[in-house]
Amino acid sequence: MSASSAFNDEKGGSSSVGEPEYGHDPASGGIFSSDYKRHDDLKEMLDSNKDSLKLEAMKRIVAMIARGKNASDLFPAVVKNVACKNIEVKKLVYVYLVRYAEEQQDLALLSISTFQRGLKDPNQLIRASALRVLSSIRVTIIVPIMMLAIKEAASDMSPYVRKTAAHAIPKLYSLDPEQKDQLIEVIEKLLADKTTLVAGSVVMAFEEVCPERIDLIHKNYRKLCNLLIDVEEWGQVVIINMLTRYARTQFLNPNINESLLEEGGGGEKTFYGSDEDEDEDEEEKEKKAEVAAMAKRKPYVMDPDHRLLLRNTKPLLQSRNAAVVMAVAQLYFHLAPKAEVGVIAKALVRLLRSHSEVQYVVLQNVATMTIKRRGMFEPYLKSFYIRSTDPTQIKVLKLEVLTNLANETNISTILREFQTYIKSMDKDFVAATIQAIGRCATNIGEVRDTCLNGLVQLLSNRDELVVAESVVVIKKLLQMQPEKHSDIIKHMAKLTDNIQVPMARASILWLIGEYCEHVPKIAPDVLRKMAKSFTNEEDIVKLQIINLAAKLYLTNSKQTKLLTQYVLNLAKYDQNYDIRDRARFIRQLIVPTEKSGALSKYAKKLFLALKPAPVLESPFKDRDHFQLGSLSHLLNAKAGGYQELPDWPEAAPDPSVRNVEVKESVPEWTKCSSREKRKEKKVEKPFYSDSEGESGPTESADSESDSASGSESGSGSEESGSGSESEESEEGSESEEEEEEEEEKDKKKKKKELKKPVPETESEQSSEEEDRKIKRKSKQRKSDSESESDEDEESESESSQSESEDSESEIEVKKKKKTAEMKPPSKPVKKETKKEKKEMSLLDLDDFEPAPSPQVTPVNTFLSNSLVTDLEGLSLSDSVLSPATIAPSSVLKNYELLHRITGEGLSVEYCFSRQPFSPDANMVAVQMQFTNSATSDTKNLHMEDVKLQSGMRVKEFPEIELLSAGETAMAVMGIDFCDSTQAANFQLCTHTRKFFVSIQPPVGELMRPIFLTENEFKKEQGQLMGMNEITEKLTLDAKCRNEHAIVQRVTTAANLSRVPCGSDKECRFAGRTVTSSSLVLVTVATKEEGAAQLTVNCEKMVIGTMLVKDILLALTQ
Amino acid sequence: MIHSLFLINHSGDIFLEKHWKSVISRSVCDYFFEVKEKAVDPENVPPVLQTPHHYLISIYRGKLFFLSVVQTEVPPLFVIEFLHRVADTFQDYFGECSEGVIKDNLVTVYELLEEMLDNGFPLATESNVLKEMIRPPNILRSVVNTLTGGSNVGDTLPTGQLSNVPWRRAGVKYTNNEAYFDVVEEIDAILDKSGTTVFAEIQGVVEACVRLTGMPDLTLSFMNPRLLDDMSFHPCVRFKRWESERVLSFIPPDGNFTLMTYHVSSQNLVAIPVYVKQNINFFETGSCGRLDITIGPKQNMGKTVEGLMVTIHMPKVVLSANLTATQGNYTYDLTTKVLVWDIGKLNPQKLPNLRGSLSMQAGAPKPEENPSLNIDLKIQQLAISGLKVSRLDMYGEKYKPFKGVKYLTKAGKFQRLSLSFL
Repeated sequence: MSASSAFNDEKGGSSSVGEPEYGHDPASGGIFSSDYKRHDDLKEMLDSNKDSLKLEAMKRIVAMIARGKNASDLFPAVVKNVACKNIEVKKLVYVYLVRYAEEQQDLALLSISTFQRGLKDPNQLIRASALRVLSSIRVTIIVPIMMLAIKEAASDMSPYVRKTAAHAIPKLYSLDPEQKDQLIEVIEKLLADKTTLVAGSVVMAFEEVCPERIDLIHKNYRKLCNLLIDVEEWGQVVIINMLTRYARTQFLNPNINESLLEEGGGGEKTFYGSDEDEDEDEEEKEKKAEVAAMAKRKPYVMDPDHRLLLRNTKPLLQSRNAAVVMAVAQLYFHLAPKAEVGVIAKALVRLLRSHSEVQYVVLQNVATMTIKRRGMFEPYLKSFYIRSTDPTQIKVLKLEVLTNLANETNISTILREFQTYIKSMDKDFVAATIQAIGRCATNIGEVRDTCLNGLVQLLSNRDELVVAESVVVIKKLLQMQPEKHSDIIKHMAKLTDNIQVPMARASILWLIGEYCEHVPKIAPDVLRKMAKSFTNEEDIVKLQIINLAAKLYLTNSKQTKLLTQYVLNLAKYDQNYDIRDRARFIRQLIVPTEKSGALSKYAKKLFLALKPAPVLESPFKDRDHFQLGSLSHLLNAKAGGYQELPDWPEAAPDPSVRNVEVKESVPEWTKCSSREKRKEKKVEKPFYSDSEGESGPTESADSESDSASGSESGSGSEESGSGSESEESEEGSESEEEEEEEEEKDKKKKKKELKKPVPETESEQSSEEEDRKIKRKSKQRKSDSESESDEDEESESESSQSESEDSESEIEVKKKKKTAEMKPPSKPVKKETKKEKKEMSLLDLDDFEPAPSPQVTPVNTFLSNSLVTDLEGLSLSDSVLSPATIAPSSVLKNYELLHRITGEGLSVEYCFSRQPFSPDANMVAVQMQFTNSATSDTKNLHMEDVKLQSGMRVKEFPEIELLSAGETAMAVMGIDFCDSTQAANFQLCTHTRKFFVSIQPPVGELMRPIFLTENEFKKEQGQLMGMNEITEKLTLDAKCRNEHAIVQRVTTAANLSRVPCGSDKECRFAGRTVTSSSLVLVTVATKEEGAAQLTVNCEKMVIGTMLVKDILLALTQ
Repeated sequence: MIHSLFLINHSGDIFLEKHWKSVISRSVCDYFFEVKEKAVDPENVPPVLQTPHHYLISIYRGKLFFLSVVQTEVPPLFVIEFLHRVADTFQDYFGECSEGVIKDNLVTVYELLEEMLDNGFPLATESNVLKEMIRPPNILRSVVNTLTGGSNVGDTLPTGQLSNVPWRRAGVKYTNNEAYFDVVEEIDAILDKSGTTVFAEIQGVVEACVRLTGMPDLTLSFMNPRLLDDMSFHPCVRFKRWESERVLSFIPPDGNFTLMTYHVSSQNLVAIPVYVKQNINFFETGSCGRLDITIGPKQNMGKTVEGLMVTIHMPKVVLSANLTATQGNYTYDLTTKVLVWDIGKLNPQKLPNLRGSLSMQAGAPKPEENPSLNIDLKIQQLAISGLKVSRLDMYGEKYKPFKGVKYLTKAGKFQRLSLSFL
């Protein structure tokens, strides 16, 4: 670049902003030197017709700006080119404009109309760029114009323009804070946006403009959680930090009372939503005796939304971006239950291999974390070992972490490490090491003597700094047990001859004075020497000499009276007023005169009071009241704009405020999972093509079955996920080309035909309604009922992220179906199960079967099973015996407990064997199969550390002594799930390793079959009406329209036995829950063309609801 | 967020400034200079500084300070990571990130900074998107531009920014479709005086160079993925796929990028490829010392150790070194007191040896401890952890790409302590 070559030899800082440019280039002897002296040149070039000349001029001007030189006098010449056709000239003019508009407000206004035109451009990128520049011009007069532009752009159909609008919000706010209220409206609107592109930017705007309006987040909380993984890195950081704060206001502290666990679990809680309190009251009454003491405290149950956040942020620990990893780490630290925080350690340790600046920040945070959660980082102790090549600031921080990690078991290793550090050539680091040793010694009693001896050895070190630092630390240590160490004190007394470092001298003198009774002979001698050199000492030492003299005078006045007088006299005429004051004060206090008051009687008590030993504390103690990862935490001082991390609330605010979007979260998921697939297709077929109609039927069938199966509505129609505003903005802007609109209408029509009306609950409808109220006004041509699907289609076509129908190929459609189906219908109740499934759908992009899927399709031996069930109906054997016959192992689904890879060769599968568990009839039998595919033997397989919800019990399987390589073994354990689908968590231990595993039952496994006659069944059913009866209509799967298939599928889904029945249109099943023996009755009545009605009667409504969903799924799949 | 950026060279001159909000006087850097003066080593300048009205967050890269000014609370790593991304972008565009090259491309740099942040919030940081907007300079283009008055700003608008695959630009076309992967591993190890490993671990990185037409969807699988203990991925990698199948499935960015970095757990025994016999003595009298170092191959899986280099930070009292090397050359920098012995290829038949005497400042006490050795080496065609790529599959495109995998082992922070443990 020829233009810049002339600047190279110039010093950047040679001229300051605001000064004219003339004559300021002594160093530039280059060919352009004359140009700098007279900007006329540049002006001429800018006025010319040739783009190349303009460009050359602009480049030079921008180079001037870059070097911090003033180019403001060129404003009129430059601003003329704002409408230049050449794109690079235009961009450079923008750069100039943004830089100088503030100084030349009147002239800047000339350019505004260009941007206003740009805002209406059909090209979204030009609209965005116009808005970006317009909002960057800091001229107060255009605030209304900006406001208008932002509002318009916020409902633009292009997500990119909406993103730009979000960026513009903080700009306008900083220019005119008066606009806050209006801006909040825009933020609220943009927060509802469903595209990943907008999410990060709008949360950023939220944080800058109205971080206190946490209520705006409620409705968008789940959406943000779900979008998170697909948002760009920088947005992720902002969102995660904001959600941390949000969670602190909305959820309960997961660590508050770990011992108290609620029966029934978190699922129920949200499921019942509003009447939760009532239930609890009742429960409490029942168990008053047991829980009387704790009645006031609510047992802790994690809110499913809290869980959602933790789950969705976890994969981001693998991000390449250190800021994202740190954000997730702090989120876990502040929000996760203690047992789960550990996952962040590995990721943080990984960051220690990054740039030294990253290390610096991460180590600061790790240091804070290690104080609270030491165990978390202990396995990574060696990663904090110090290398001689580390910068000093990193070394000191690592030392801090090592010190925090020290405990009885690892202290010897750490001390050995420290000993090597003491030899380092980096003296600051050595000093820090000595302090660290001191801290280890105070914290860990066992090594105190070892450390003290080591430090005493250091007193003979050649380096004075080392010695001085050691003295200071030894002083602190001795204060803990002075009587044992008078020899060390003597040794140190000798050092006064050699040590010159003031702090060390002062420390020694204080020590001798304090413990003068332990060294009665040496102390006066030291004072004598010190008195001699008094005048040459530093102030801090002088003060200690006075101090020593006073103490000796009080204990041993015979020997030291004159010395003390001498020292005090010297001090009386010292230059430092502190020392003069101190001398006067002490003289009054210790030397009894007539004037001296009562105080002198107590002088000895005052001076020789027992002083508490200092507590050597980490400077990082209590720093975690700042949000980790924040600037404020790093500086340990509140930075401007820092939002306090609130304390956990005493009682959780109403969780239903987030409920509005329950239904929508499913399509989000579907969207995420299908998104990547669509991406790749997109480039191939950027437009809708005619084949749309062909794939259509498949999809409509899907959506039908989805809705029929009671899963969240709208999974088909909403998956585009882009904002619904797009439609209106299109109309509003009027710039849309006719053809395009035409095309869209066509598409919409087609789409409408394909879409079946999507069932929607009241609440959602109304919330949507609210969101759109304003928009609807402008919207005349569509009826309300259409708007939903239309809009979505619209945005799909507009946003480039969107996709044509045909590119969602068949596979894709199936995929969607699968994810929708795999989703357990009742979200809150089956919270844990859902977790697994959700994660799977998160990025499961291609047409492959995820290997360790717990949702294994039902095993194929239909025949035998249904036969057996049929036979069972005939048999007269009693109900207790029957389970063994009804449940042949072939129907059993195997679930994975431990994968071969995570288990390091050991894999464990389990199934619910449906056999009665003989040791305890209230337990569900779980059959486990251990396979050792490693090359070495596994020994002592057993379980440990069972973590259960209250009321649940586990009967452990007998220990397996030896599992040779390549062998398989079986074991049976029993779990009493208390009729809930809470998981049983425990550790599976081998002789070398421990694995955290959990077993979670599908609701169908929580019951055992019983035998009832038709009459008994009807009688029982008659007693379980009303609330206890749940009825659902469904359409049977094509392959499931005969009796056999129905029986087979129902018995696979739930451990029930068939009840004999006269009609072939009805199938009945009966069972009792394992723990409480509540009756479970299921009826499937078939009608014409695969229509059917499912009825479940059960005392336990939760079980009933869940069972309905499971059976529905089984029958419609 | 980020208010302003100043680029400062080693001697403390501000040679570029960019403001994303209102202008902040460059005098704010004075606080930084003050601290920089105190810190002996630029590496010891704290990355975050507080001034009365601003906070300064800086990084040190390529002998330059990237100093950003922020006014309000912001996660420091956010800024640090962004600054590194800026430096990476410069490196990507200009081949290096140095003062000279930035000054030569001042306008391009300025344009880049303009696009990367909007109002202090990152806007476009993906190199592929940026390259669509602002073309990287090359000689041919600058010649053409001078002749025709063309520009280095892309005339097509960046669609990548709008896509769901922001890291890949649209409409990529190549005549030769190639995908290369370099598996580079670094050994970080600390050996004690007796040669026993105190701490060893392997850091690996998979660098990719993908030049493929269209929108390929790649799947890279490993023979032994369970070796990997901890990893981080480029955003293009589908995390769930990795979780479930241990394969890397991704739509690659165009050009060079880091696909993943990984860590091989220190529990696995790390093979140390060379051994070092060393003997450094300082004598109490006569102010001189003796040095004798021999290096031999240990476990190198039959591959040749290349680029062998030994660096020793000598104690300050060592004035000069008079040594003879049986192989390679040695240099002793008198000011920094660094002895570098560049050996080159390791010949197992004739082990390289460096011996001779060191002369010390007369009268100075003998150094208390012997210096430690830092060793640098390279082994081509070997990933020391044993990690192997088993296959690369491509979906979504019809042509057959040319595929290649290269392995390389390097010494990372490889330190041989001369310290005796107490």
